[in-house]
Amino acid sequence: MADVGTAPDSSARAREADEPRNSQVARFSSNRPLRLDAGVELSPFQIAYKTYGALNADRSNAVLLCHALTGDQHVASQHPVTGKPGWWETMVGPGKPIDSERYFVICPNVLGACMGTTGPASTNPDTGKPWGLDFPVITIRDMVRAQAMLLDELKIDSLFAVAGGSMGGMQALQWAASFPKRVCCALPLACATRHSAQNIAFHEVGRQAVMADPEWRSGRYLIENANPRRGLAVARMGAHITYLSDAALHRKFGRKFQDRDNPTFSFDADFEVESYLRHQGSSFVERFDANSYLYLTRAMDYFDLAADYDGVVANAFRGADTRFCVVSFTSDWLFPTSDSRAIVHALNASGARVSFAEIVTDKGHDAFLLDEPELLAIVRGFLDGAAKARGLNSAK
Amino acid sequence: MTMLSRLKRDLTMADAARTSGGARVDLLLVSEMVSPGAKVLDVGCGDGELLRLLGEHRNVDGRGIELSREGVNECVIKGLAVIQGDADTDLADYPNDAFDYVILSQTLQATRHPRVVLEHMLRIGQHAVVSFPNFGHWRIRLQVALGGHMPQTDNLPYSWWDSPNIHFCTIKDFRRLCEVSGAKMERAVALNAYGKPLRFNAPWWFWNLFGEQAVFLLSRRG
Repeated sequence: MADVGTAPDSSARAREADEPRNSQVARFSSNRPLRLDAGVELSPFQIAYKTYGALNADRSNAVLLCHALTGDQHVASQHPVTGKPGWWETMVGPGKPIDSERYFVICPNVLGACMGTTGPASTNPDTGKPWGLDFPVITIRDMVRAQAMLLDELKIDSLFAVAGGSMGGMQALQWAASFPKRVCCALPLACATRHSAQNIAFHEVGRQAVMADPEWRSGRYLIENANPRRGLAVARMGAHITYLSDAALHRKFGRKFQDRDNPTFSFDADFEVESYLRHQGSSFVERFDANSYLYLTRAMDYFDLAADYDGVVANAFRGADTRFCVVSFTSDWLFPTSDSRAIVHALNASGARVSFAEIVTDKGHDAFLLDEPELLAIVRGFLDGAAKARGLNSAK
Repeated sequence: MTMLSRLKRDLTMADAARTSGGARVDLLLVSEMVSPGAKVLDVGCGDGELLRLLGEHRNVDGRGIELSREGVNECVIKGLAVIQGDADTDLADYPNDAFDYVILSQTLQATRHPRVVLEHMLRIGQHAVVSFPNFGHWRIRLQVALGGHMPQTDNLPYSWWDSPNIHFCTIKDFRRLCEVSGAKMERAVALNAYGKPLRFNAPWWFWNLFGEQAVFLLSRRG
């Protein structure tokens, strides 16, 4: 893997964990600890977030966006590390389905991540060094609890909407379960009420790749000035395949060779698809922390909404007034339509108001991030209907 | 009016009736049977026209199930609470008495197990509203009896080999289903070929012959 990346200077990215650029930061001092499912308190801690648009006088137009495993708060503006556009620019912005001229959009970096919210790459105030593996293991529910504290800080009692795909969808579901009174509508996209055995298995492969890299140094790489870039890159490559589909890979790459007409009879990246994956791996390590990857994949593995409600998902939503919009994609094999259908069945059983659409696409799990006109129309239509019911003005 | 002149008028008058507003008469009739503000499930809601009507005219809390993906996505884009699902399999997931009304509009004949579907509707809802094309209508009888072929009409345009409608019934047949399913008939209306309700005091055999469609409001017996 000669081209997995060379620049060892990860200090810029490491700084991002404590002092994020182009972000707002909410700091919670030791008198406001975050109680974690692991049974410990995290304190002090901070949440980095971005906002778009303005909060209305009633404070009723806030939309919380929850990002996926490797996402961050830079949802609709340039990423400070990569310089790339935001990860959901098709969906979020002025005049977009999640319209920042109409809604006050908040996107926090999740707990355990590495773009300014406290996580394993952040400085442990007790030691003055990065937390590393001393950081407590966190859950999706912990992420949501932290986000609720951010909303308290912003004096937002109730959200108009909470939306997210994949791990973001898990957070949206957890929000509706933990704080039903604070959520007017929830849009869990391409997700499930629990992580499947197959998905846990894929995550374990990724984690083992990270931990097998000698540069991981038992999680102490930041202190020892190392970086398990190869391990993390392999983890990303494997995971990336699960975000696509056989059809999409075939359409994009087929068996085409990369800058050559014949195989080289070596283990060089002969095929375009190999070159693409290597690029995905190497660019990922420039912006992501390996330990964060371990913690966040673990949080997804532990997610099982029914476990907190006597094994019955429907109990999580009983009596809720929240409107739900569940969306799945035909070629998503990571969170297949059957997972979304299980969410819908639970919501029906609890009497909740739910819309559910399956969208035909060959783009796999990642489809929720892409320019899928039907998804955009559905989110726009669903939010319009809910906004009318909440009495939000159509334009400011 | 003699039977012959009625036949002639039926043959010369145009297809399925719509009001000046464009809404289908059978849907308006269904929506009249629903009390305002009720919680309603529309099974087989198509493009959501009935749910829209119910929302506008009766201010109901409406939900829908639709089999076709196109129909579902169209409904969700309109802001309707509609899910992709199958009347034959997915009604079992709903708890008892979850709705005031469960509506099956022009869908009964396309279900695999009409009796199971109707019994679920009566379990899930306080009331069930069922509308269906009457296979006892004289034009259909004529096509089978004299034409010797499976009937095709403006409302039932399919050839027998590509029809989604696998469980046609007559008004008489449906009353029998109500009996065996423990459904109490609260109201019944038959519409003639131009969507006009037939005289309410006409005998059942008359409805069965001249009703092109029927709408039944049912509740659980006992």
